[in-house]
Amino acid sequence: MHLALFLVFGIVCVAGAVNLLIQSHPIQSALSLIVVMASLAVEYLLLGAEFVAAVQVIVYAGAIMVLFVFVIMLLNAGEEERSQGSHIALLLGLPSLLLVGVLLAWSVTHHATDSVRVGSLYGDPRTIGKLLFTQYLLPFEITSLLILIAIMGAVVLASKPEVTPVGPASGLTTGKEK
Amino acid sequence: MVPLSYYLVLSAILFACGVLGFLLKRNIITIFMSIELMLNGVNLSFVAFASQWHALSGQIFVFFVMVVAAAEAAVGLAIIISVYRTRDTLNVDRVDLLKL
Amino acid sequence: MSFWIYTLVAVIKIALMLFVLLTAVAYIVWLERKVVGRIQNRWGPTRVGPFGLLQPAADGIKFILKEDLTPPHVYKPIFIAAPIIAVVFALTSIALIPFGNSVHILGYDIPLQITDVNTGLLIVLGITSMGVYGIALAGWSSNNKYSMLGSLRASAQMISYEISLGLSLIGVLVLAGTFSLRDIVQSQGGHFPGYIPHWNIFRGQIVAFFIYLTSAYAETNRIPFDLPEAETELVAGYHTEYSAMKFAMFFMAEYANMVTVACLATLLFLGGWNGPIFGPPLLQVLLPVLWFFLKVFVFIFIYIWVRGTMPRFRYDQLMAFGWKFLLPLALANLIITAFVVAVRA
Repeated sequence: MHLALFLVFGIVCVAGAVNLLIQSHPIQSALSLIVVMASLAVEYLLLGAEFVAAVQVIVYAGAIMVLFVFVIMLLNAGEEERSQGSHIALLLGLPSLLLVGVLLAWSVTHHATDSVRVGSLYGDPRTIGKLLFTQYLLPFEITSLLILIAIMGAVVLASKPEVTPVGPASGLTTGKEK
Repeated sequence: MVPLSYYLVLSAILFACGVLGFLLKRNIITIFMSIELMLNGVNLSFVAFASQWHALSGQIFVFFVMVVAAAEAAVGLAIIISVYRTRDTLNVDRVDLLKL
Repeated sequence: MSFWIYTLVAVIKIALMLFVLLTAVAYIVWLERKVVGRIQNRWGPTRVGPFGLLQPAADGIKFILKEDLTPPHVYKPIFIAAPIIAVVFALTSIALIPFGNSVHILGYDIPLQITDVNTGLLIVLGITSMGVYGIALAGWSSNNKYSMLGSLRASAQMISYEISLGLSLIGVLVLAGTFSLRDIVQSQGGHFPGYIPHWNIFRGQIVAFFIYLTSAYAETNRIPFDLPEAETELVAGYHTEYSAMKFAMFFMAEYANMVTVACLATLLFLGGWNGPIFGPPLLQVLLPVLWFFLKVFVFIFIYIWVRGTMPRFRYDQLMAFGWKFLLPLALANLIITAFVVAVRA
């Protein structure tokens, strides 16, 4: 039962990830990434991490990806142009991809007998909150500082540059505009 | 029950797709989304190991990864907007000169 | 309970709640037209059926029969998907709302809720934050400047007020100690001495209540925060290019969001289904549901009342209000509540 759920949502994850690579319009890639994040939230639920699953939906799929969609809409990103291919990349890349695939298949078939049971570890908000505010307090405070710096950085970087007049018009300014 | 290696294989596939997207795509925003995909793959690994070793610190680290991803997305997208405003293109192949 | 009986009961509950929700959406539209009409000293719909009660049916038939026009240069896949996304997320959050206590039928103990999840409140917040996508994608795919501007403004407004919405609810969580909606309602049973009920609004969350209400008006794009979709402002904003059934889906999504917000407000602040219970066992099962619906009706009436009475905010006033006033107020409410709970424990 849990294996069936894992396989269904795992296939949805991989399909979304591959769709992100295949699509040429960035908005389709963004929507595929949202599908990947939502199915990952279900995988987290299967691992007993219910708080992390809810936060994944609220923060990652509900806020960060909204930011991505905004930027794609604002910059009016169109379809991608094809890049020039490279023979060396094909020569080295395809065998390495094959090697990675063989390694993954080997690890799936020769897995250890340890299985992950649903409900073995219960990540409920109370326990996570207690840990976050006692044992991991320092990283918590540092990340809050990090967010503050990121907000300031984003506001400064995205603000419109000031327009300075050049040429004969500059001599006629009354000095009221900066 | 689901063996742990299944979760790790899924995480590896997601991470590999992220790396492929980062190297092969030409649109800045899609490259950035591939970075987010890589981070998601790593998050799955963290949560899977937290469940196997009965240590909640894996799930707590996922929070910090998410927070860092949010901060990085905000600043990175602001940089992308700046690049678009000055170079008027979103294709990384065209952003190859230090001076305009 | 065996797996198949559980599935059967769940399917029956889903069908019933969907039916009730969609009928409620249709008749809230009727109620709004009547009440706003009376506020504006006119009748509202009176011709179709007694008191205009069949007006929603006539509107439904109109929406189905109208020509479903897709303008030529829109981005078709997302143009068609956007109203579907909006409606799906608006209707999904009703799955976590409990309507009453458990009923005992045929020896089984069936709670009046589709699913009772331990992190129910977080999941409702997650579903409402996913609802932004319907609006953001609708405006962009319409290939229309007004739609694009309207949808950008609407989505920016929604994600800004989500923060104060969530923060105002944390005070309630600190008092109740759990995320499960059923347990939060059950922690509000009983009375203070003097017949004041033990509801959260009387336990010090009155400021949080007003922050929640105001943020909810902004989240559902209702007056006084409906600048992005007002007809006199941006030519109807993000749903300019939509006609017939797709427009009806946006409409349904907005009113379903209103119902969800009203249900959450009753559950978290007004004590849910707690109220005087008396009489034979059948009445004891039905009375909590009646109190719940009565309180939800009060909220919806307040929504409509505010719509008929207040003018709308300008966009910069709206954003300044959300970020510079509501957010610090919600944080202050959280700090004071947490301090009081910690001192009392």
